[in-house]
Amino acid sequence: MTTIAPVEQSIYDKILAAAPDGERLRLCLQCGNCSGICPFGYLMAYPPHRLIAYLRADRFKNVLDTDTVWMCVSCYACTEVCPSDIPLTPGLMTSAKEELLLAGNVPSELQSALEFSQRYGNPLGESPRKRADWAKDIQPEVKIMGKVRQPVDVLWFVGDYPSYHPRVQSIAKALTKVLNALGVDFGILGPEEYSDGDSQRLAGERGLFEMLAERNGMAFGKYQFNEIITTDPHAYNAIKNEYPGLGISYPIKHYTEFLAERLDQLKPLLKKEVKARVTYHDPCYLGRANEIFDQPRALLEAIPGVELVEMFHNHKNSLCCGGGGGGMWLDGFQWEKAHVRLSEWRVKEAMSEGAEILAVACPYETPRFEDAAKTVEGAGELKVKDIAELLAEAMGD
Amino acid sequence: MSQDIFVVIEHLRGQVADISYVMLAAAGELSKGIGGNVIAVLLGNKAEGLAGNFAAVQVLYLDHPALADFTSDAYQKALAGLISEKQPRAVLFGNTSIGADVASGLSIKLGLPLVSSCRSFGADGKFVSQICGGKIMAEGDLPSPTALVTMVPGGYKPEAGQSAQPPALTRLEVAGLDALRVSLAKYIEPEAGDVDIAKEPLLIAVGRGIQQQDNIQLAEDLAQAMGGVVCGSRPVIDQGWLATSRLVGKSGKHVKPKVYLAMGISGAPEHAEAITDSDVIIAINTDPKAPIFDIAKFGTEIDLFDLIDPLIAKVRAAKGG
Amino acid sequence: MNIVVLVKLVPDLVEELNIDPSGAALDMSWLRLIINEFDDHAIEQAILLKERGGGQVTIVAPEYEGVDEVLFTAAAKGADRLIKLSGDASAGSAQVFVAANNHALARACAAVIKELQPDLVLTGVQANNDLDGPLGPTLAECLGMPYVGYISGVTVSDGKVTARKEYPGGLIAEMEVKLPAVLGIQAAEQPPRYVAVSKVRMVMKTAAIEERAADALDPSGGPAVGRMFQPEAAVHAEMITGSPDEVADKLVSIFKEAGVL
Repeated sequence: MTTIAPVEQSIYDKILAAAPDGERLRLCLQCGNCSGICPFGYLMAYPPHRLIAYLRADRFKNVLDTDTVWMCVSCYACTEVCPSDIPLTPGLMTSAKEELLLAGNVPSELQSALEFSQRYGNPLGESPRKRADWAKDIQPEVKIMGKVRQPVDVLWFVGDYPSYHPRVQSIAKALTKVLNALGVDFGILGPEEYSDGDSQRLAGERGLFEMLAERNGMAFGKYQFNEIITTDPHAYNAIKNEYPGLGISYPIKHYTEFLAERLDQLKPLLKKEVKARVTYHDPCYLGRANEIFDQPRALLEAIPGVELVEMFHNHKNSLCCGGGGGGMWLDGFQWEKAHVRLSEWRVKEAMSEGAEILAVACPYETPRFEDAAKTVEGAGELKVKDIAELLAEAMGD
Repeated sequence: MSQDIFVVIEHLRGQVADISYVMLAAAGELSKGIGGNVIAVLLGNKAEGLAGNFAAVQVLYLDHPALADFTSDAYQKALAGLISEKQPRAVLFGNTSIGADVASGLSIKLGLPLVSSCRSFGADGKFVSQICGGKIMAEGDLPSPTALVTMVPGGYKPEAGQSAQPPALTRLEVAGLDALRVSLAKYIEPEAGDVDIAKEPLLIAVGRGIQQQDNIQLAEDLAQAMGGVVCGSRPVIDQGWLATSRLVGKSGKHVKPKVYLAMGISGAPEHAEAITDSDVIIAINTDPKAPIFDIAKFGTEIDLFDLIDPLIAKVRAAKGG
Repeated sequence: MNIVVLVKLVPDLVEELNIDPSGAALDMSWLRLIINEFDDHAIEQAILLKERGGGQVTIVAPEYEGVDEVLFTAAAKGADRLIKLSGDASAGSAQVFVAANNHALARACAAVIKELQPDLVLTGVQANNDLDGPLGPTLAECLGMPYVGYISGVTVSDGKVTARKEYPGGLIAEMEVKLPAVLGIQAAEQPPRYVAVSKVRMVMKTAAIEERAADALDPSGGPAVGRMFQPEAAVHAEMITGSPDEVADKLVSIFKEAGVL
């Protein structure tokens, strides 16, 4: 077994802290599978297996002088294929980013998203007071917990992009319609909701993640509800897998899980046909990281008229949209290095299956894939829809 | 003690800055309300030739080798002597890297009140200043006995501060300009070899809303299709996404194109003041409350990233057809 | 080299601003405060100077809601000493400074800064709520020091600094300024650095904020405001709506009309 030299001890400790089985790093076979499957591995000066080799050789300092670790989109593809089960994404890559960040080696776009997250509680730099503005004109009124001050059955953690991003707000509105049609008693935190912090954590900002988690934990603690649902797989991952370690434990479901449980009640409401060839993109943090594959598909198949087809990369093998692990805030940086977008790759796959609709279940994806569809030749007609939007559409008016 | 209004002329390397004429125009308006004469104060060395077109009753010319180029220390000392001797009703400075460097010090040294970021004067002599990125206006009585005022452009046209009739020029002795603590070592020219955006008829301007460096290319594509030039606001230049020579704003260039297409620019006063002489300002900004819409002739709230591709296509089609 | 950076907090323009019932001031109850962005550049410039030539960086800030975090963040970036100016506690000192003008702030801060005997004082060249001139030159006169503003680069050599002063049009003047002096920073030589939250939190445990009581504030020299209001745009832009294609069509016709196409 390789010994980790003392100079590297702090990084090693961090990897251990970041992932419980970080110790497995010692078992690396240097097979290179991780770097092979990595969508940007070919651009990294230190793709995962090399990073481990350098760490073992006490040369991690070399890594700090490079910036290609920022190509990592925390998609878990490497972790998925590692024969030694090393927690590469949550342990190795996240800790490497943390070191870069502490050394001040942060691309400026990412820096402003992190600063905004600190200051406003969302990476978009929007006013926290306006977090529930998307729901302003909806009838019946969406309950904001701090205003109604009454228990609800379900607390809906809306997330950053559904709250603020003009395109993604329509997903929040669609899900509101679906929840209301099902008679779900739900409320939102509104101005008391902060970014879940997961992508900030995976971009190396663990301290910021903890700060945001604590704030959300305080808000959760103020109100009565039975469970949390969320629009955002990143929030799902954080609240399910990371918050408990900070003493914040609540049952949480992604909305596709929650709705799939109510499929019998939902089905009769889906009266309007959505006649289209639909393919589903597994979001990294719903699929690979949390193994929710069937529920989103069950929901899509429940929509009359939908013909569901699979892309070449599906389920565990899904491709990343490029938004994870800080990728959402590194578009310019990554474009300069790669001159290719992961989202375009995915749109091409959807096209090659003859899909008319690319269905998604993560708020990062609609804007990313829609942008990609604009630049991929012949993809102009491809529609990108969140499952919530398709369900709302199938409910008619 | 008099009702006269002094205007401290700003000039740099033989060029009178536009703000000087804006201030002369403002002083003209103010004098209608409160009386007194408009008097230009020119500091320099062998610079009397600059005074020919000032819309002023008189030019007080402070001539001294130490005033050949602007330095805060020499200007402040020279003006302190003049103001305490003449005791005018108001002294106007530019809210610029010249005026703002000296007005505050004079306020403390002479114990005189100071109003900054003044955009215009009311008929009754009230000042109207803009603060908080142009989102708030503050109005008040012109403070006494001598109000020191720093002015931003936008309230008056520079042409209104010019006159065909050369004003009378009085040369004044300046004393006490020794033991100066600030001196000019040298000027460094702006990056040469680039286009001069002040002279371009079509400017595609990008601001914070462009979000990331690679999006600059979108603006470049549009500029290329149209035959225009890309420029930007401070945040874009600070990021190093465009050369400093492309900076439009208070510390950059004042521009006057036929069309100024502002993409993702909020229109903070530092930027707005530098584009008001454009023939047509078109603003693309998703924030309906962005101040840029208050100075633009046309505006749209559409997302610029949705707009730019069809726009490029249609521009190309229009050019081809 | 003893460098002092003076920092103030200003209204965050991300939030909507309201006028209070008096009609002559901003409504403070809803105000969110943020570090003046130029002061952030002043901090960065001070840290850069320290990294280059050694010395001590002291941050001085009047007390505002949230100022501790600003001070600790500066410490995490490399500032050595943090000093907070507290006002009249009975009046709620955080409230006192929000409403204070720059003449009052400069006088109050000058008393503290004088004691520190700085070689160089850096502060932001302006702030969004300046109504009585920027803080820097006011402070300089209170300290009897020379001032140069609109600075985007600083080099220190024995007894003086060479400062790059920006003029409109991209012209730079290299000004030599005898120390001690105050400089108004327009932009640091590199954008303000990011500092990890964990680092700030660590600093919070170890760094101390020294508190100094400010003398009674003297705002004389600032103007009295009779009325504050939100500007009614004289002419609001004619808004173009529709699909991207429709908007693009309309823009093309505007371009044609303006003679640039």
